[in-house]
Amino acid sequence: MDLLRFFTAGNVDDGKSTLIGRLLYDSNSISTDIIETLTRQSKTTGVNTEIDLALLTDGLRAEREQGITIDVAYKYFSTEKRKFIIADTPGHIQYTRNMFTGASNANLAIILVDARNGITDQTKRHSIISAILGIPHILVCINKMDLVNYSEEAYKQIEKDYLTFAQQLHLKDISFIPAIALAGDNVVTQSDKMPWYKGKPLLEFLETIEIAETKQTELSRFQVQYVIRPQTDELHDYRGFAGRVVSGTYQKGQKVTVLPSCIETTIDKIEVNQQEVNIAETNTPVVLHLKDDVDISRGNSIVPTEHLPRTEKEITATICWMDNAAYIPGQKILLQQNSFRTKALVKEVISKVDIHSFKALESDGAMKLNDICKVLIKTAEPVSFDSYSDNRNSGSFILINENTNNTIAAGTID
Amino acid sequence: MSNKKDYLDELEAEAIYILREVAGQFDRPALLFSGGKDSICLVHLALKAFRPGKFPFPLVHVDTGHNFEEAIVYRDNLAKKLDEKLIVRYVADTIKAKKLQDGKGKFPSRNGLQTYTLLDVIEEFEFDACIGGARRDEEKARAKERIFSVRDEFGQWDPKMQRPELWNIYNGKINKGENVRVFPISNWTELDVWNYIKRENIELPSIYFTHERECILTENGQLMNTNEFVTIDEKDIIVKKKVRYRTVGDMTCTAAVESEAYTVDDIIKELKEAKISERGATRMDDRVSEAAMEDRKKGGYF
Repeated sequence: MDLLRFFTAGNVDDGKSTLIGRLLYDSNSISTDIIETLTRQSKTTGVNTEIDLALLTDGLRAEREQGITIDVAYKYFSTEKRKFIIADTPGHIQYTRNMFTGASNANLAIILVDARNGITDQTKRHSIISAILGIPHILVCINKMDLVNYSEEAYKQIEKDYLTFAQQLHLKDISFIPAIALAGDNVVTQSDKMPWYKGKPLLEFLETIEIAETKQTELSRFQVQYVIRPQTDELHDYRGFAGRVVSGTYQKGQKVTVLPSCIETTIDKIEVNQQEVNIAETNTPVVLHLKDDVDISRGNSIVPTEHLPRTEKEITATICWMDNAAYIPGQKILLQQNSFRTKALVKEVISKVDIHSFKALESDGAMKLNDICKVLIKTAEPVSFDSYSDNRNSGSFILINENTNNTIAAGTID
Repeated sequence: MSNKKDYLDELEAEAIYILREVAGQFDRPALLFSGGKDSICLVHLALKAFRPGKFPFPLVHVDTGHNFEEAIVYRDNLAKKLDEKLIVRYVADTIKAKKLQDGKGKFPSRNGLQTYTLLDVIEEFEFDACIGGARRDEEKARAKERIFSVRDEFGQWDPKMQRPELWNIYNGKINKGENVRVFPISNWTELDVWNYIKRENIELPSIYFTHERECILTENGQLMNTNEFVTIDEKDIIVKKKVRYRTVGDMTCTAAVESEAYTVDDIIKELKEAKISERGATRMDDRVSEAAMEDRKKGGYF
């Protein structure tokens, strides 16, 4: 059984939380005590006559009070076919950063569209964020079909509008489902009200979609997280580099280069849970041992000599500004890429992405909360990276404010 | 993000990655160990992350004094077997030193009081990161919490000021006096934990499996163990049932569930059929209010 991580984008008004609630409820993933609590609560808030399924995901008091989703909520369910992790992300523009957070690990986006409204600014914004984050699969769920009389024409029009808009985004895989989350049509079971729809209902779609391998399998990447040195009599010379195979594979005897020092050596031994293996696949936690005694510390990369990432002190990237405080030119910051951290500086704000048209706007040099900008960053130490479109791991980073320690931006490298 | 592997491999890899990030980012981390299945899994994951080296953190237990004997014995044996450092601090000592009011009533809970002891032990050893076995599927407020959850110097969680957490990048930078709570198995469900225990053949305290026990049948149908801390009234209905525990918390506020599960396989089967959530089935403390957990966390609770 494998795992699919997806996120949902849309407003409570679009029926997003209701859709997730419906998915969990109809797939028998909600316990009776929680349903009891919900029934009690739904009566108090009085939104619906039955259970208000949206209350399932809105976990914070402020969210329940205001009827909105503020932060990402993670929900889990599994069927016989697959385990699912849902990042339920807020749709309002002021929570773009939370959406970025929830979407960063996802392989699929469910973008909710209210059938009455069609493609809105919000739909565009969510799609643009999905494009920036390289989400491999996009599912546009056209909800509230009952309010447009189950009209196939209305559905087709929205589909057409979306595809026209999405052309410029180069999204890889786009699908559409007409649904009524509130009543459950085409969520878990096929709707009998829209016989013209021949596709799968949502759950079956999620269960059966073949999760695209991102390109990262081609490039072998590994970063040192921690150096294991037992320093006991028995293991006096043991010095293993603990980390995760971020992408690709690593093999015993493979020629590798340590970055940023550029020292070439060979993999002497690979351990997985203290067992020696000849080959380690993507996503395996390993301990690497090298032939030569080279100086390596946390954050260094060990990569195949024939496929080196770029190692530079200047990077061009698209970043989403996430701090409440606006960017101050010259502000000293830290850049963190997985386990590697260095001092850095935003040297130039090159352009600002228009979040509703995807056009590059001329920048006035300012960056404030939820702005998405193309920037030039200068770092104190060289960074070893790939382009985000080739590798979501080695092509992503966060920026940290040195004073407050807050995560102030997230970036994808060009 | 690969789909070649089983989901348990993916969850395991994520947890080991997080544990190694703690080791790499902090000077004085600790692993909060309760003797429950979730923290037992954390120890198992730490073995995979750091052996043949020693753990880069001690195991820390905040002992309420209301623990099940079996969990305490398990805890001590495990620390000895692994030859890892175990630090135990007692809520009873905190109550005495701080002149706190002990839990009162029929089922006197020290659940709220253990926050004081936890904050004290963090201060005593200047821990900058505390690893815990909390999972997001347990409760709605937990579903919102980050894997690296920054707490201020009073141990408080501010749900509206959480740092964005993206990809596999964990920002553990803090100021002096602050600390980070780290939850490596955030993305695991109760069933995932049991499937992992089965796959890895992890040994557990015996109270997780069915046994005969004398219990008070409470008004709302919960089975509460009779013990020295609980006041038994004449009108109480005392029953002898075959039960097990789904969580190992305090004897005074953790309910048993009727069960015929003798093995891990039996438990997995029961859970798949179970219609009631883990906390709902076993915790009296969460029934107080809709935002009970959110409020406790804001106050420094794990």
